[in-house]
Amino acid sequence: MSIDLSQFFEVFFEESLEGLDAMEAELLNLVPGEEDLETINTIFRAAHSIKGGSGTFGFNSVSDFTHVLETLLDQIREGKRALTAEHVNLLLKSVDCLRALLSALQAEQAPNLEEANELRSKFEQILGVTPAGTEQIVTKSKPAEPELNTYQIDFKPHHHLFKTGNEPLYMISELAELGDLQTHAFHNEIPDIIDLSADDCFLSWRFFLNTAKDESAIREIFEWVEDDADINITLCGGLFAQEEPPPAAQESIAEKLASTPAVAEVIAVNPSPKAAVAKVTTPAAAESTSIRVGIDKVDSLINMVGELVITQAMLSQIGEQEVTEASIAALQEGLAQLAHNTRDLQESVMRIRMLPISFVFSRFPRLVRDISQKLNKQVELKLLGEQTELDKTVMEKISDPMVHLVRNSLDHGLETVEQRIAAGKDPVGKVTLNAFHQGGNIVIEIMDDGQGLNTAKIKQKAVANGLVSDTDELDDDEINELIFMPGFSTADEVSDISGRGVGMDVVRRNIQSLNGSVEVSSAAGVGSTFTIRLPLTLAILDGQLVRVAKHTYIIPLISIVESLQIDISKVSRVGKDLDVLRLRDEYIPILRLYTIFNHQGAIETLDKTLLVVVESDNQKVGLLVDDLLSQQQVVIKSLEANYQKVDGVSGATILGDGRVSLIVDISGLIKLSGLRKPGSQDLIIESKASLEAS
Amino acid sequence: MKKILAVDDSASMRQMVGFTLKKAGFDVTEAKDGSEALNIAKQQGFDAVISDVNMPVMDGITLIRELRTLPNYKFTPLLMLTTESGMDKKVEGKAAGATGWIVKPFNPEQLLAVLKKVIR
Repeated sequence: MSIDLSQFFEVFFEESLEGLDAMEAELLNLVPGEEDLETINTIFRAAHSIKGGSGTFGFNSVSDFTHVLETLLDQIREGKRALTAEHVNLLLKSVDCLRALLSALQAEQAPNLEEANELRSKFEQILGVTPAGTEQIVTKSKPAEPELNTYQIDFKPHHHLFKTGNEPLYMISELAELGDLQTHAFHNEIPDIIDLSADDCFLSWRFFLNTAKDESAIREIFEWVEDDADINITLCGGLFAQEEPPPAAQESIAEKLASTPAVAEVIAVNPSPKAAVAKVTTPAAAESTSIRVGIDKVDSLINMVGELVITQAMLSQIGEQEVTEASIAALQEGLAQLAHNTRDLQESVMRIRMLPISFVFSRFPRLVRDISQKLNKQVELKLLGEQTELDKTVMEKISDPMVHLVRNSLDHGLETVEQRIAAGKDPVGKVTLNAFHQGGNIVIEIMDDGQGLNTAKIKQKAVANGLVSDTDELDDDEINELIFMPGFSTADEVSDISGRGVGMDVVRRNIQSLNGSVEVSSAAGVGSTFTIRLPLTLAILDGQLVRVAKHTYIIPLISIVESLQIDISKVSRVGKDLDVLRLRDEYIPILRLYTIFNHQGAIETLDKTLLVVVESDNQKVGLLVDDLLSQQQVVIKSLEANYQKVDGVSGATILGDGRVSLIVDISGLIKLSGLRKPGSQDLIIESKASLEAS
Repeated sequence: MKKILAVDDSASMRQMVGFTLKKAGFDVTEAKDGSEALNIAKQQGFDAVISDVNMPVMDGITLIRELRTLPNYKFTPLLMLTTESGMDKKVEGKAAGATGWIVKPFNPEQLLAVLKKVIR
């Protein structure tokens, strides 16, 4: 039988990476000298499982490396060695190293063994073993020469043998597979029926075996019962002849064989050549597309479907009745029930893709530990709302921006110990990650109690970079917003922690690509808070339906600032075809959707239409529409998958009446309208400046 | 069909063992630790139990010791999965009532070959 082991690889990688996460988390909790046994045990088990699995599935680079880790952990666990801070650091490095090895193997690439070998020799130094210890194990005795020998085997099980779960019959049959076997059973120890204990073994055997195998092959058969039986194996000169009567117990062989029919059967067994083992082929591993779902979620789903079926039955019953006033009322009630069921079902289905945000949060203790060590700052990390759930896709994409924000908080936000003491603060800085649901959104806050954003420095830098002019009157919030501008960085020197100032604008763009937003609030000397707001899912969107000529478009609700009627006296024309509305202190460029999407028959007079002010990339524009329709949740269908990419449109949905409606992509629209060329500076600020100059 | 209870905290090992045994015609039940295995074993009978040693909640040695005290498991083959370095575990396991051991790493063919010693 051949079994393709590669089918288990994905599970192995998944659980090994999970095991490494657990190891890392436990290691971070370890204080040398105060470690508790359960923590060490958990770490040991993780290493042990990875070693066992990798050995089984043929990833020897991983199992060899894990072996030294396991040995050290085992010694610590058994109390033979005290845990030191050096051990913890080495183990943490090994976690990283193993992660890299496993990821490489998962991607079917050759792993880089340099670091593993380096770490391994460090472990070997601690353990005091000679390197390449595994090779010694590998050298095994050569197979014996294919020469036939006769062995006499005396096998006398102790009375309790059956209670170990072993079965002499199967051993005899294994012996028979090694060569020609003669079996003689002795039953003279069987006591009188009165004294007979049915649980005990009173039989013993003598075998003669003609075999090409050596003694170790025979020993292996009896390996498990070595301590539960008297076993004597001796090499006899010459082969026994099949006809030759057995030298011992001659008088009662026939009788004994009759008393143990199974044994007689065994003698007839011919040694069969081992089936050739088919080579295991390795097809390309499929990309990880599975998610783990809690059984409670599946149960609730089944529950919902049950409800839905009941409602459906109720409705079809009403449909068969005659139409009366009462039946219409019942129909309406049924439809309300159906709407309720559908919404519940939708929520349950969405929950399947939801994972607790602890999946992302869990990587931060390590990150904070490493960075604070590097910066020589004392930091306490607090995680709140770890069980808050979030769509898996969103989760994967929010991790990097969060890492960036946390690094920034540690590097720029928190002061050094001396600075904090001088400012009369607790020398230990606090960074808090908090997640919670608010409406249909998840909010993630990254708070620090550091020095807050330095508004003077930010403005100075922004002026130097030409982002704003020196004369601009900006309040603190507006200045803080500047850090999200492309090419902005206030770090005096580029550090290897916060990077080169390519950060915050990328952070904002990444979050916006998830239909989310990020804001900062800060108070000098007290700290700053970054607030990320994300939709719970990417599959459903809260939309505002608008009418343009005869067509219905959808504007994502999250990007709408306000909707208003245009006061024509506040509109000025900039250039040859751009109208700008002065709204309070801002100038809002007006984009006419009917021009952009090339529709005839829309209302073109500005004061008879409505303006929907939307914001994207920190830039406000007004979209001219004929009418506002309802607000509703819409299911997003990909245009690219069904048609092709269309500029200014992020997707489509199907409305209640069956028509397709396009979802407006605000930032794409701004690009499309030429208000901002991709990557260039903000044109609106220029237009604002030119207006003020005129 | 002979019934086997496979106990391992590692999902990949459990799947590998389970799959191999099922393909060889056994009826396999899986458990993720000793405690779960013990509960299952009390509710239904098995012709053999294969258990990992290092597991959370209840380890394999404890499981074997507990099983051996149950009347239904007096003669049942109870095998443990050990690593080559764990010789003292083998002794400990035997003392707890283990029938034998399978040394990790092993491949499916080796597993079935070893199993033939106690169940056919």
